[in-house]
Amino acid sequence: MHQEFLMGNEAIAMGAIAAGVNLVAGYPGTPSTEVLETVAKRRPQDTYVEWSINEKTAMEVGAGAAYTGARVMVTMKQVGLNVATDPLMSLEYIGVKGGMVVLVADDPGPISSQTEQDTRHFSRFSKLPCFDPSTVQEAYEMVQDAFEYSEKYRTPVFLRSTTRVSHGYASIDVKDEEDYKKNTPEGFIKDTKRWVIFPKLSYQAHINIEARNVELAKEFSSYDKNLLLNMESKAFPKKGIATGGFNYTYVSETLKTLGDARFLKVSTPHPFPEELAVKFLTGLDEVICIEELDPVIERELIYIAGKYQLPVKIYGKLTLDVKNSGENSLDSVMGNLTKFLGVNPPETGALSEDDKAEMPELPVRPPVLCAGCPHRASFYAVKQAMKGKKTLFAGDIGCYTMGNAMPLDMVDTCLCMGAGLGIAQGVDHIEPDTSCFAFVGDSTFFAAAIPGVINAVYNQADMTLVVLDNSTTAMTGHQPHPGTGQTMMGDVVNKVSIEKILKGIGLEFVETVDPLDYKKSVETVKSAAALPGVKAIIFKSPCIAIVKSDKCLAVDNDKCINCRKCIREIGCPALIIRDDKVVIDDSLCTGCGLCSQICPVGAIGGDHHE
Amino acid sequence: MSKNIVLCGVGGQGTILASKLISGAAMNRGIPVKSAETIGMAQRGGSVFSHLRLGDDVDCPMIASGSADIIIGFEPGETVRMLPYLRKGGQVIVSSRPVMPVTAALAGSNYNGSEMLDYIRKKVDKVIVIDTEKACRELGSAKIVNLLLLGAAVNSGALGLDEEDIRKVILTRIPKKFHDLNFKALEYAKKSSL
Ligand code: SF4
Ligand code: SF4
Repeated sequence: MHQEFLMGNEAIAMGAIAAGVNLVAGYPGTPSTEVLETVAKRRPQDTYVEWSINEKTAMEVGAGAAYTGARVMVTMKQVGLNVATDPLMSLEYIGVKGGMVVLVADDPGPISSQTEQDTRHFSRFSKLPCFDPSTVQEAYEMVQDAFEYSEKYRTPVFLRSTTRVSHGYASIDVKDEEDYKKNTPEGFIKDTKRWVIFPKLSYQAHINIEARNVELAKEFSSYDKNLLLNMESKAFPKKGIATGGFNYTYVSETLKTLGDARFLKVSTPHPFPEELAVKFLTGLDEVICIEELDPVIERELIYIAGKYQLPVKIYGKLTLDVKNSGENSLDSVMGNLTKFLGVNPPETGALSEDDKAEMPELPVRPPVLCAGCPHRASFYAVKQAMKGKKTLFAGDIGCYTMGNAMPLDMVDTCLCMGAGLGIAQGVDHIEPDTSCFAFVGDSTFFAAAIPGVINAVYNQADMTLVVLDNSTTAMTGHQPHPGTGQTMMGDVVNKVSIEKILKGIGLEFVETVDPLDYKKSVETVKSAAALPGVKAIIFKSPCIAIVKSDKCLAVDNDKCINCRKCIREIGCPALIIRDDKVVIDDSLCTGCGLCSQICPVGAIGGDHHE
Repeated sequence: MSKNIVLCGVGGQGTILASKLISGAAMNRGIPVKSAETIGMAQRGGSVFSHLRLGDDVDCPMIASGSADIIIGFEPGETVRMLPYLRKGGQVIVSSRPVMPVTAALAGSNYNGSEMLDYIRKKVDKVIVIDTEKACRELGSAKIVNLLLLGAAVNSGALGLDEEDIRKVILTRIPKKFHDLNFKALEYAKKSSL
């Protein structure tokens, strides 16, 4: 054992490596991304790692490897699990040979996601066992436990993390390399009765799964990470607190101030440790459930109280005693628990309530496209080319979702990965006089957009596809994808060409343009929009966060007429007002040149970097 | 003894490196560290924070309102946003340089942070304001804001770490070519925070 200071996601990766993982596949998504990246960085030589093109494919790659007896981890964020649902639901019936851990990171808040869905629910729906770590150390250990359970019961299992566990850091104890488990896959052994899903097999498997989950619920009641604490609380003999996952740390931290109360920590929300829960509930009058996302623990406890006829009142999200959406915090949990336990909150900090009321209005900082981001230029070109026309700009998931911000205001819809293509077609079929555009990034194109393009061609839609190709998966921290010609194993491979795919599907108008060439970009958009059928423009220019620029422009304040067109039209964060003059912040400007092409008096220019 | 530290600023300002240096220094001393920070969309020019907790008896990496021993603010407005976390008698270190949000530029506002600094000075006794813009000009680099603030924080005594701890961690965590510059920034911070 030695100590390392690790992020939760890094700890999960190191735990998987210590468990002898042979293959890791995933698709990037906050807050899950660093798991796979860390495995890639620190893997033993014979561990295979890939960014798959989407979560469904990752799950299938993982299934195949697990059929051979390999230990497998598949990583994704919670909405990615929706994409991988199809293979996973069936895989639960088929089962695995090698241990298979499906790492899903949920995002209470949500901080960087479209939904506040709860993978603990999903685990109940899909019947997969679920582990829910509360700290970085526990995440490290639990992933190893999860592999053991997975192999023992021949089922994929969930390791469900949340943002604060995944992105929290702690100094933790980790194994030395010589203590890592070594797993040598036996290989795939043909057996159609085992690996080919048919209704008859599914019926039999269903019986087995139900029986297994009853057995697991029993076993989990004595799992050492499900805890029952302070059974003999003097201060609050009739009250109990139930929690799980990261919220355990809120509760235990808060009880340090408020005094010990009986509490149940649920680390395996499915199958629920029923026997342990009965012990917890017995003798209590009232229980409060502190959890995030859905009231999963709360509903289980209500069910158990009913089943065993325990006279206990259960409070939580369903009773609105705990907020039913968004993230909890130490402060919100302190509020919940002082009220529930009937004690006074500790005194406040440096600011009184009056002080807070006097606070000056704080600057509002929505996330924005970086200074010099080529997406800004692409959006602006489309906006100018289509000025005055009836349009629909369907957006998608990625940095370019931020094209919605003022003053660009170029994202009319955003739903889920790849949805912009379908939405543009739906609007087109109902409103043929609207010029419909779908914007999609390069990584999203490979992950989720190709079927949508084929559908548009086949079903005769009129629409323009705009591929914002910055040669990376920028939003999640710059992962490679099929268009970049690099893999996670460090190999250089042939790039998959977006242009050739589109031409292969049958598109006749496919133009690749540099969005930083403003005039040419506007012309290209105009000619595309004028044509019928499905057309595509590929705006190609690298993400400024990977191809660093040492250029920088400046405003010549003698020429500038202070019309502020640059600020009003493109909203680049490097364009600021200082002492009532427009200036360029040289620590941010990348010299992309967009502003200089729209300034009516040519006041912006030069290359002012030393 | 545990220490609760909040670092805050605008995405891209380098709060994460500063937080890494503090945790590295604490770990060199054998003090356990837990921390939480903003990762994701907000890193693109949004408000970002790190919570850092040093000490043995810590379960949660997040800090409760009114319990931070020190706030290290990379931007005046963001420091005010985090002020409810400060405990009574806590220390504030703040850079005077404002970062104008796009929304303010669009609205034609003249946001310059001075109103924010006034509020902090009025409400908090222990405040050190560092004119990082001036310091960067004098030291000839824009990349030392985090070291200037860190230097001032160490000097205030509120971190429970000393200058030597930070120097040591710089030697191991930061590329050699920046060592001199970083040490100069520490010196500068010491002088200007007296
Ligand atoms: S050149 Fe203009 S638009 Fe481009 S980054 Fe600099 S200020 Fe922003
Ligand atoms: S568009 Fe040109 S003239 Fe108008 S404010 Fe900007 S720099 Fe000045």
